Amino acid sequence: MTTQKSFIFDTQLHLVVVTGIKACTLQELRTELARISESSVFLHTHQEYLAHDFQQTARYNDFARWVSEALREEPLAEKLAAIDLLAFTSIAELRDALLRTIDTYLATLDRPGYQCRPEEAFHFCRSRSFVLPTGLIADDVGDFFEKVASISHASLYFHFFEARLRLGRQTNDFSRWLTDRGRPDLASAIDGLNPYVRTLDELRRDIVQLGAQT
Amino acid sequence: MSDHLEDYRPIVGSQVIDELRLLADRVRHLRLQHINSTSVGGGVAEILTRMIPLLRDLGIETTWDVIKGNQAFFAVTKAFHNALHGGEEHITEEMFQVFRDTTEMNLADLNTYGDVVIVHDPQPAGLIARKRDVGGRWIWRCHIDVSTPDPRVWGFLQDHVAQYNASIFSMPDFAQQLAIPQYMVPPSIDPLGDKNRDIPDADVRAVVERYGMDPGRPILTQISRFDRLKDPLGVMQAYRLVRRRHDCQLLLAGGGATDDPEGEEVLREVREAAGDDPDIHILELPPFSDLDINALVRGSTVVMQKSLKEGFGLTVTEALWKRKPVIGGAVGGIRSQLLNGVTGFLVHSPEGAANRAVELLGNPKLRDALGDAGHDHVKENFLTTRHIRDYLLLMLAMEHGDTDLSVLTASSPR
Repeated sequence: MTTQKSFIFDTQLHLVVVTGIKACTLQELRTELARISESSVFLHTHQEYLAHDFQQTARYNDFARWVSEALREEPLAEKLAAIDLLAFTSIAELRDALLRTIDTYLATLDRPGYQCRPEEAFHFCRSRSFVLPTGLIADDVGDFFEKVASISHASLYFHFFEARLRLGRQTNDFSRWLTDRGRPDLASAIDGLNPYVRTLDELRRDIVQLGAQT
Repeated sequence: MSDHLEDYRPIVGSQVIDELRLLADRVRHLRLQHINSTSVGGGVAEILTRMIPLLRDLGIETTWDVIKGNQAFFAVTKAFHNALHGGEEHITEEMFQVFRDTTEMNLADLNTYGDVVIVHDPQPAGLIARKRDVGGRWIWRCHIDVSTPDPRVWGFLQDHVAQYNASIFSMPDFAQQLAIPQYMVPPSIDPLGDKNRDIPDADVRAVVERYGMDPGRPILTQISRFDRLKDPLGVMQAYRLVRRRHDCQLLLAGGGATDDPEGEEVLREVREAAGDDPDIHILELPPFSDLDINALVRGSTVVMQKSLKEGFGLTVTEALWKRKPVIGGAVGGIRSQLLNGVTGFLVHSPEGAANRAVELLGNPKLRDALGDAGHDHVKENFLTTRHIRDYLLLMLAMEHGDTDLSVLTASSPR
């Protein structure tokens, strides 16, 4: 039976929506970044973490990758990629950090910025997301760690990335629940796992290992 | 090809299949109708042939209808197609009238009944006029590269497209200024279809030999319709440059589509350009040659898709799935498949294609590395199962409106 104390595993599946807004220069990127939806900021900073390992080698978010490949502004690309996503608990803060980084770079640029070819333009997209229960429910802490081992990438992504930042829950869903269940030690240990430097498989493995140590 | 989703579990993993079933539970009360212009030949027909049985296996009532049109209509829509791709076409008022007349005929003849109706490409786009009578949610699915369309043809088409509830494009670059939502859904290939399933090496060798090639020597291959936008003459030029450095054979193979009357003319030009070179093999493959195509790609050393314009380029997807190194034109959907230097090489000219081919022919390890990365990229992004997931999500989106996030609870299946 499901109780209020059960952990309900959800998953998140999304479509990508093209906004029709695009940028060919750094200034255009900055202007549009300031007014696009939070869903768009989240998508372009996070979708790489759902992707296969080989695409994560450079760990560039979409903005950084485009600045590198289309504008050839590698120093800025590095700075955009180095923004610590774990330091923010809201997308508004993350957007501000991206804008500040671009503004600082623009202020020091002593030449006209490069304009990419139309076919290399940055296309702003957003996600149309659906969150739905997977049917997996954990009734106690032991059961929880057993079931974490079998959840999908999309489910893990939702509870770790989306819940914390996009839904503004401050921390990941697993840590919140474990705190409520009287296991702040485990909650804190899981919260300490940086999801931005792990693949989803590695993240799941490390969570399961923390559970096995108890 | 398999009609059973469970057969895909060993290939894509249990998580993918389980999530499809979760989604299907949410939209099973909706009927899905696809409408396009040909039942045989071309990427759209191939995708629908594979996808519909699987949607039905998920319990979604799915149907597929094809509009009718005479040769004049398909000549017009081919010209529209080229013009939407940015090619120079002389479009007359009479051509627009042929399109309107055929649309009227199909409006009278074709039954539309889906709760969600997906209309593929420009040819049947005018059927949207039916929406006001039958209701439902209508989605226009654009499979072609309309990043730089002829404004007159796009303007004509846009009048229809604007009446749909939503549109789908294969790449963000193709999106237009439209008031309706524009979803990005790349197409897909079927890993269990005859064109992609595993086949024994001996069968591959036998097919290569049957078509007159030597399996012991390198083969450069482009599998594509004989269409100027696929640049078969550019591939031939690249092959001739490669031959200065490497022994190899060239295979240009393609089938026709019933809605492409230009193919024969291009084929003639290609044969003429080949002259009497015994190492150039030009094959006109009939429909239902999927197993042969599969074997020919597997028997190839390097695959090319040197398109000048491309909607998505499923031939690239198919070659990557077979772990083949691919050299592709840096256009359209090829760019999202070939991450340059990681899953393949992007080129802009016959010379560029030749340089990369020489590099690959001399480096088997590089061929393997690109092929393996390409296979993984396709597995994650461009298989039928991902395509089905996107269509199920679209059906959900049609019910829940165009917000950023919908949270569905266990007790509210809709």
